Amino acid sequence: MSALEIRNVRKDFGRTRVLREVSLSIDSGEFLILVGPSGCGKSTLMNAIAGLEPVTDGSILIGNEEVTWRTPAERDIAMVFQSYALYPSMTVRQNIAFGLEMRKVPKAEREATVERVAKLLQITPLLDRKPSQLSGGQRQRVAMGRAIARQPTVYLFDEPLSNLDAKLRVEMRTEIKKLHQTLGTTIVYVTHDQIEAMTLADRIAVMREGRLLQLGTPDEVYNDPVDMFVASFMGSPSMNFIPAQLVRDEHGISLAIGAASDPYRLPFPAARTTPDLDAWVGRRVVLGLRPEHISERTPWGEEDANTHPLTTEVTVAEPTGADILLRVRLGEDEVNARVSPKQNVTPGDRLPLQVDMARAVLFDPERETRIA
Amino acid sequence: MNTRASVQPRAGHLFAPNSASRVRRNGAYWLQAWLPKLVLAPSVAAALFFVYGFMLWTFVLSLTNSRMLPSYEFVGFAQYARLLSNDRWLVASTNLVIFGALFIAICLAIGIVLAILLDQRIRHEGAIRTIYLYPMALSFIVTGVAWKWILNPGLGIQQVVRDWGWESFTFDWLVNPDMAVYTLVIAGVWQASGFVMALFLAGLRAVDDSIIKAAQLDGASLPRIYWRVVLPCLRPVLFSAVMILAHIAIKSFDLVVALTGGGPGYASDLPATFMYDFSFSRSQIGMGAASAMMMLAGVLAIIVPYLYSELRSRDRG
Ligand SMILES: Nc1ncnc2c1ncn2[C@@H]1O[C@H](COP(=O)(O)OP(=O)(O)O)[C@@H](O)[C@H]1O
Ligand SMILES: [Mg+2]
Repeated sequence: MSALEIRNVRKDFGRTRVLREVSLSIDSGEFLILVGPSGCGKSTLMNAIAGLEPVTDGSILIGNEEVTWRTPAERDIAMVFQSYALYPSMTVRQNIAFGLEMRKVPKAEREATVERVAKLLQITPLLDRKPSQLSGGQRQRVAMGRAIARQPTVYLFDEPLSNLDAKLRVEMRTEIKKLHQTLGTTIVYVTHDQIEAMTLADRIAVMREGRLLQLGTPDEVYNDPVDMFVASFMGSPSMNFIPAQLVRDEHGISLAIGAASDPYRLPFPAARTTPDLDAWVGRRVVLGLRPEHISERTPWGEEDANTHPLTTEVTVAEPTGADILLRVRLGEDEVNARVSPKQNVTPGDRLPLQVDMARAVLFDPERETRIA
Repeated sequence: MNTRASVQPRAGHLFAPNSASRVRRNGAYWLQAWLPKLVLAPSVAAALFFVYGFMLWTFVLSLTNSRMLPSYEFVGFAQYARLLSNDRWLVASTNLVIFGALFIAICLAIGIVLAILLDQRIRHEGAIRTIYLYPMALSFIVTGVAWKWILNPGLGIQQVVRDWGWESFTFDWLVNPDMAVYTLVIAGVWQASGFVMALFLAGLRAVDDSIIKAAQLDGASLPRIYWRVVLPCLRPVLFSAVMILAHIAIKSFDLVVALTGGGPGYASDLPATFMYDFSFSRSQIGMGAASAMMMLAGVLAIIVPYLYSELRSRDRG
């Protein structure tokens, strides 16, 4: 059953078109993450779902009921805001109970709900404090408690963790994931932190300039991006875009990188060549390779048909602890590579590396769309 | 200045322990520390003298039998006893209670309602805001004179309505001893409610939008959102507004002089006009001083507990 369905929603503010024909559908219990650069309309879409902003065109269904013209209160939705939006003059207890009170839930039931939610989020000792007496992480919990108390059909989270420091953010991320698993709730969650997106989501929706570019599982969005924008948006450091020429040689289809006189050749996996790709032979394309696909040589790399050796000069080495990020020369450009911290690397060295082409992707350099 | 001071001891140490340089150094420090205080001193002294000095002097005078000129023949609290049995004083203090309470309450009510209406992002907000705020720029004398004409039964509203054909219409509060004090309320509210509106509008604009969104999602109606969520955030604004209005109400002297002159008779006297009249027109300085001290006591009785509870609740957050 779809918990939330958005059909061709458009939203204009005067003459600025903020949402253009957005459609998506979320199953009950699904965790959907909305990502996109700042100003692409994520909050506007959330407000439209919540009913805080009327849509210009299109329709919104919650639990298979059309709610496009209902008020926020009639939509059975709860929202957690970036600024937490706790009511400053009320205690934590009153904050959590306010929504129930407005819905005329009897007092005894209200109190029981507050206790239950507080226990779930471990905020029982804070119930009689005012929001101003809480830390950022505690306010975040209270804001979630307020949402949970009402048990709505859909939860909306608009960048809920972006005001927290890095360590707390990781903790709360885990907590939200746990909460989703225990409560089995339907969540639409906006973030611009792509680690949050990858770790939390059942599916990720990538938006740009009011359009939905791709909707898929984290794995699909990461490994099978529809265009260069999605490819560069997910992953850090982002995917390498390497200008190349598509050629046909003894291996089948290959990519020629660097000087035309003496190119470095990378065969494209035979299993992934499509008839459409033939049309591109002899033309310029963009090869997309994630940094982790350019790494130190491994024993399995020698055997694997899609892994090719590359010995090249290192220009920058940045140890991150878990691995070392490198800038290395490839053709006329520099690309990012990721090697194990056991490697002993100094800038200026020539290092034997390998390139794993199994997940390489090709883009049209002009339209930036995916070719293969 | 600092760098030089920190270099000097080493130089002194190199050549010879030089006590003159140490004195100079201390002098510089002393000057740096005391200069701001020295500069402020005259105004602080003046304020102490003119505010607290005169307060004290007034208190002393209230214990004497001064009439046209100050005398220092002490009579204890006799002036206070006379004051409290004076009918005109009782009228003036009752008027102050009526005027103060209505003035503050109506100004707050109108100001808050206007602020909430303007907060709905209506068109021409800037112009409307200026119009409502404009009366505050006038002196109370101007307000008083203008309303004196408007409320004058022979010239103002009453006459206009009668000219329209409603012959029996009566609106004579200005000349009605029972109602004259309410004309003060009308004029005072007209002048000050725009200011209260501006205060609250600024406060409303500072409230985080997402709090209102959260309350909407929680199912609260617009009046409820304001009453339960937004206005409670504005307690500090309410505090400032009440303080400012209370102080306008208590020192309302010019408004009374211009609008009703305290009349008819002394029906619309306020303590301030009473004090002025007794001290300077009727040669009763001792009793005037006693009334001034009573006003001070009244102000303190209102403001100190309010200040105390407000500051304490703010400390507790
Ligand atoms: N009330 C509004 N009036 C006019 N333009 C708006 C309004 N709200 C948002 N916008 C515009 O819509 C675009 C998307 O905003 P938003 O949805 O907040 O982006 P984000 O993806 O960062 O959350 C922005 O360019 C913003 O300027
Ligand atoms: Mg946003």
